[in-house]
Amino acid sequence: MRILITSILFILLTPIAGGLLAGVDRVISARMQKRVGPSILQPFYDVLKLFQKENVVVNVSQNLYVFSFLFFTIFTGVLFFIGGDILLTVFSSTLAGIFFILGGYSTHSPYSFLGSERELISMVSDEPMVILMAIGMYMVTQSFLIRDIIAFNQPIIYYLPGVFIGYLFVLTIKMKKSPFDLSMSHHAHQEIVSGITTEFSGKSLALIEIAHWYENIFLLGTVFLFFAPKPILGVMMSLIIYLVEIFIDNTNARVKWQWLFKSSWFVALCAGAVNIFVLFINQS
Amino acid sequence: MSFFKKSPWLIHYDGSSCNGCDIEVLACLTPVYDIERFGIINTGNPKHADIFLITGAVNEQNKEVILNIYSQMPDPKVVIAVGACASSGGICAEGYNILGGVDKLIPVDVYVPGCAARPEAIIDGVVKGLEVLENKYRNKNKKK
Ligand code: SF4
Repeated sequence: MRILITSILFILLTPIAGGLLAGVDRVISARMQKRVGPSILQPFYDVLKLFQKENVVVNVSQNLYVFSFLFFTIFTGVLFFIGGDILLTVFSSTLAGIFFILGGYSTHSPYSFLGSERELISMVSDEPMVILMAIGMYMVTQSFLIRDIIAFNQPIIYYLPGVFIGYLFVLTIKMKKSPFDLSMSHHAHQEIVSGITTEFSGKSLALIEIAHWYENIFLLGTVFLFFAPKPILGVMMSLIIYLVEIFIDNTNARVKWQWLFKSSWFVALCAGAVNIFVLFINQS
Repeated sequence: MSFFKKSPWLIHYDGSSCNGCDIEVLACLTPVYDIERFGIINTGNPKHADIFLITGAVNEQNKEVILNIYSQMPDPKVVIAVGACASSGGICAEGYNILGGVDKLIPVDVYVPGCAARPEAIIDGVVKGLEVLENKYRNKNKKK
């Protein structure tokens, strides 16, 4: 019963929270550029407008892919917030990402093709670190279940500082912020038009946007996990991390995919793997 | 209730403009005018755009491009001709390769005068365009 209520609450409330976060992001970004910026509700207006636009469909299968992307993103979040298995959330979020990429490929536009390719590279770049995070949490708490990880008596960041730093690095990739927003251009830079979303319009684009809101909340939830026994600190830290991401987004130019790939694996190896190795030595 | 007024996304295309009008369009994005205040975004992708902003006259080479962009934009959509050239051909009208204003090719909803059009005028034009956009949306629903 509790699981059902949590899931329903998550499904209903997350778009509101995610949309507001996106609005805050846009206002703060504007202020950083000495602009007034849009209203904080702007992301909602955008999405509602997109629902009223005509949906131009290039390939029928693209609708299915977008829907699956949204579905599995929500599934990931539900699994996370009911305290399920962290490995499963990692896999299902990857699956959601793959559906998104398939959607990009299915439209046959050269720009979305390029965007999909880059999205695939981003995924390959961030995956090792995400899996290392799951392994690290298991080594500390002896459980892959999120409810056990939360119930652990100390914030696990004490044991996993390296993993946390590595995870922050890939968080920028996951949230599609500069310098790692290769696959989908944000509003100002358009060298591959809109990348993976080029051929999506109207309702499909709105669904993609909503999926990103869910994804962001899930990602902030994983940051919370590092501080779980202290909920207030956890929420504060996830919000601070989000602000830091906005700051990074506004102060960095986009990098090439080679750099993205090398640097993220390097960080995963140096910060993540070394941290886990030390833990391993300690435990044995 | 329609949300077009709250979130118009535009695509800007440079026909055979002398770049005077283009610079004014870009000026609208700068902190001084900051059109993002109204939720306006410069998308660069016809499939995401509601408003097609054209500067400069239509010539023999870019007419296909303009038609292409126009037909890729999902309905409802609005075309705004910015500057004298886009409105009527302007100073370029006599050129051997010039067809004339944008309305020779696609239906234009709003004309923004000026050589170059001032950023204030462009913003005014976009706001006018929003009304047209909303009417188009209403009419489309009525037809259904
Ligand atoms: S209207 Fe004037 S400023 Fe604008 S493109 Fe034409 S000549 Fe240039």
